[in-house]
Amino acid sequence: MSDATQLPTIAVRLPDLMRYRGIMNGIIGIGLLMALWWVGGWAVANNDDLFAFADFAPAPTLARLWEMILSGDVLGMSGPSLMRVGLGLLYAMIIGVPVGIVIGRMKRVNEVANVPFQFLRMISPLAWMPIAVMAFDTWDGAIIFLITMAAVWPILFSTASGLRRIDPAWLKVARNLGANPAHMLFMVILPAIAVDILSGIRLALGVAWVVLVPAEYLGVTSGLGYAINDARDTLDYASLGATVVIIGVIGFTLDYLCMLAIKKFNWVREDH
Amino acid sequence: MALTDYSPSSTDQAVEQAQVRSAIRPSGSHVAVMGLSHTYRKRDGQVLENFDFEIRPGEVVALLGRSGCGKSTLLHMLSGLTLPSEGEVVINGNRVKEPSPRWVMMFQAPSLYPWMSVAQNAALGLRFSRRADEIKTRIPEVLDLVDLGAFADRNAQELSGGQQQRVALARSLATNPEMLLLDEPFSALDAFTRRSLQQDVRQIAKRLGITLVLVTHDVGEAVRMADRVLVLEANPGRIAKDTMIPLCEDDRSGSDAFQKEHARLMSLYAQVADMPGAPDETDFTQL
Repeated sequence: MSDATQLPTIAVRLPDLMRYRGIMNGIIGIGLLMALWWVGGWAVANNDDLFAFADFAPAPTLARLWEMILSGDVLGMSGPSLMRVGLGLLYAMIIGVPVGIVIGRMKRVNEVANVPFQFLRMISPLAWMPIAVMAFDTWDGAIIFLITMAAVWPILFSTASGLRRIDPAWLKVARNLGANPAHMLFMVILPAIAVDILSGIRLALGVAWVVLVPAEYLGVTSGLGYAINDARDTLDYASLGATVVIIGVIGFTLDYLCMLAIKKFNWVREDH
Repeated sequence: MALTDYSPSSTDQAVEQAQVRSAIRPSGSHVAVMGLSHTYRKRDGQVLENFDFEIRPGEVVALLGRSGCGKSTLLHMLSGLTLPSEGEVVINGNRVKEPSPRWVMMFQAPSLYPWMSVAQNAALGLRFSRRADEIKTRIPEVLDLVDLGAFADRNAQELSGGQQQRVALARSLATNPEMLLLDEPFSALDAFTRRSLQQDVRQIAKRLGITLVLVTHDVGEAVRMADRVLVLEANPGRIAKDTMIPLCEDDRSGSDAFQKEHARLMSLYAQVADMPGAPDETDFTQL
């Protein structure tokens, strides 16, 4: 503390620097990425074999992005994609959370289910595509099924592992105080594993968002994946670049929202 | 000791009539343990052999014994969390088949829910037994009782070990139980915190008239808290001595009379535990 009295300026400035440090580093990172992108675009433009793809460079891409934002195209192509991912995640939660609770709670079920689940988990969700196309009447149905298949595993396994880490004493205390099974589930188990479920959802969202684009290459005439395919077919590389940026920005934002939710529901105090 | 000819009806009717007469506050449970034996499913040999005893309403009884004598198992059976393989536990004339908010167990770890505030933790029993309407009045009351009135809105994790155990005590008392069952609840605390909780818990139990059964391996704790001590021996677990602790409240914080009782119980315990002249296995600062 004596340092603070001797060097008041540093003592005042240091916390401010610390506060903005994360943002500063983020800006530096984005700056580096942009620089790399710009250098790449410059190299492509000056290469005799590749110069046709020069519209991938930052300037044409960002100019097109701005046009797409103004014209409402961005909303038009993101809306259907977000709805598909949202529904896929919802179904994944409806299946993953209860099944995760059951296999986390019942050792026998876990032992039986482990091998088939690990087997199914390792199959790329896109490998289900032909089956999905046959089984569902609509392209939307097939895409939502693929996203559900991708998203269910992280949610399921994360829920189960959260349940296994529940302090058995919490259950004993609840039983001792007269809790019925509904109390046990909604007042003890779910709050205790809320963070595990949300972490699973965060992982699931990442996978779902990645699976979404190739899934939308199929059949449908809306969404971000369709926009990418369409831009490729029409050789509109500025639009293609802009769509890639949109995919990245939305993915980043969704992940950030998940992180905020995790922070809110996290009851672990690090300082103890 | 033999209570095999015990008939629950007459005694318990008397007890219940007495409760009705003194209906100012709920009085303690009457406990009768009859022909209780227990064997763990997967292990050989009996853990508990032929227990017969009775606990009067409002009495503070310590089950004293070394680890492995089954004292904790016995407590679990009084609470209904474990059922005995033979015999029965009868509380106020009713056979115990499952846990009930009328008798509450406290464990070595406070096991508070870290996602809840102190007040929410204390209110759990009332919520579980669908008495949420009492929370508003009852919770400040019990938190004051354990000297944590000012901590109601704090997160349970911010409290010290002793304070957390006080919250667990408040949680146990919130439903107005007739009996508290303590399973070495203070053994994880430092000596000073433990001492003040021992005194407070006894005083609270006496003030509310509730029955208190505690499991301990600490002779000092038994002398400080109990009206009566059952010294258990191990392999198989059974009651070796049943002795009263005739101390008045003032003597329990440590006087000559306390020292004498402590020495007497110590030698009884050493005799039962088959460790001649063994010193208190916890610490001497307790004396």
